[in-house]
Amino acid sequence: RKLKSAACRACRQYLLHLAHDNVDFRLPVQTVNFQFTQTFVLILTSRSAFELWGHGTTTDELRMSLLEYPAENMAPYLQQNSTYKINVYTFNKTLVFKDSIEKIDALDFLPFKGTVNLKAPEHIFCLLEDYGSDPYEIPEEPFHMYFGRWIADGQRELIRSYSVKKRHFIGNTSMDAGLSFIMANHAKVKADDLVYDPFVGTGSLLVACSRFGAYVCGTDIDYNTIHGVGKASRKNQKWRGPDENIRANLRQYGTESLYVDVMVSDASKTVWRKTAQFDAIVTDPPYGIRESTRRTGSHKDIIKPPEDFSGESHIPVSMAYHLSDIFADLLNFAAHHLVLGGRLIYWLPIYRPEYCEEMVPLHPCLTLISNCEQTLSSHTSRRLITMEKTKEPEESDGLAHLADPRFTPYHGHNSFREKYFCGLTKKNGKDSKATPGNKD
Amino acid sequence: MKLLTHNMLTSHVQGVIKGYPLIIKATEVKVNELEFSAPFVSRMIPKLEWSALIQAAEWLGQSQDLPSTLIPDYEKDEEFLRKVHRILLEVEVVEGCLQCPESGREFPISKGVPNMLLIEDE
Repeated sequence: RKLKSAACRACRQYLLHLAHDNVDFRLPVQTVNFQFTQTFVLILTSRSAFELWGHGTTTDELRMSLLEYPAENMAPYLQQNSTYKINVYTFNKTLVFKDSIEKIDALDFLPFKGTVNLKAPEHIFCLLEDYGSDPYEIPEEPFHMYFGRWIADGQRELIRSYSVKKRHFIGNTSMDAGLSFIMANHAKVKADDLVYDPFVGTGSLLVACSRFGAYVCGTDIDYNTIHGVGKASRKNQKWRGPDENIRANLRQYGTESLYVDVMVSDASKTVWRKTAQFDAIVTDPPYGIRESTRRTGSHKDIIKPPEDFSGESHIPVSMAYHLSDIFADLLNFAAHHLVLGGRLIYWLPIYRPEYCEEMVPLHPCLTLISNCEQTLSSHTSRRLITMEKTKEPEESDGLAHLADPRFTPYHGHNSFREKYFCGLTKKNGKDSKATPGNKD
Repeated sequence: MKLLTHNMLTSHVQGVIKGYPLIIKATEVKVNELEFSAPFVSRMIPKLEWSALIQAAEWLGQSQDLPSTLIPDYEKDEEFLRKVHRILLEVEVVEGCLQCPESGREFPISKGVPNMLLIEDE
């Protein structure tokens, strides 16, 4: 557990109590605007947030700090006709009840005018004491003391209720529930946004975005996945039932009215008109390992539809869609089809022995906001890339990636699939194949 | 397929210049009842090609009394916003196809899902 105090724009300080997993993803999440309680409760990696009124390394310092806190900021919560209670939280130490009470009593210089209600108070205040992180060396006095007003708890409950296991429709690459929420968070998805996923698959990311109140749409080149036809990804299940599609997933979570559309489409051949714009693009492009990368084109290999399928032709031809092209196309698409200030979030597969920061694709209209690594194996990982559109594209920008090597440094990553499997055979399969999320 | 999506789609058949809007040929249309969000509708309206939306509504026999040009101050007119909400999100083409106005190429819509894939050399 860690305590971190962070300053925010309104000259008030807030204290965030953070949880441990997905450590690398915490820092970018703190930049989310947490002036509003509603936005805050969607920060999943936090346990709780407090409006910080004072802090110090000794009781006296805390007291001084609290006396300095503007009285008018305290007043609304200390009213005579309100109810409150004070909790004491100690990290790395257990206090006996008597000591907790003493500490609360020591705060009676604060102008609490309301009445104490331990069951259902209107306002909850907390005294937090940090006794360090070494369980064998617990100091007599805390290193830090904080006093603040409790605002909200993070939504770790969301992760449980959204577990992929419970969902009707999953595929081989359905995104782990926690990570899809983190992606929606990074993308600053909010109510009434329009979010698009160009590699939608089974719609895991759209489900998470819909939980934030956004309207969602997606496309995928795979007809069978969109329609929920074909071999089932869950063991002991023969075919995907008729209810197994993305809309059904949204229905399961009560967000069906936020479903706009999904279409069968090739991400490399955009179907959107020039001025079509989205508030966010949230996606997990194919890596070429589980789902092979494909696009329609002029190669002569014809992929036959599976025997069980009857209907119109689909995905008539396939050709290897080089990874560097996917990302160059994705960034260019985002530059044209995001609103100004809108965000693109996607996973970039990385071959770790060759990785350097310069490999992250860039675009003149997009600003790189964050780059967080999730290790998959000893030689592969994927990085969650967040980019924000900061400039409208001009004619010349579309060709930028051809002119400037900085915009296609990812070229070396072609045949990621080759490197992934090559690395495995080298180590005689002893390599741990940690796969992202709940995949079977 | 909903008309919000249709409003943003264009034909990407090679060489086509006037591929928008795609002509809707519907054999099965459904009208659902969905939660109304005034902020969402207000935000979408400026992004729409209004005449294409009216045209699409006419193709589906759903134009009701939508104005042919946008009214000023629409954000405050809830009745108007609800009409737009209906045409954008509640009316859905379940079966049919979208036709490129220039090349005539048809993209099928099946179970509400348009298939925009082109075959090689298209």
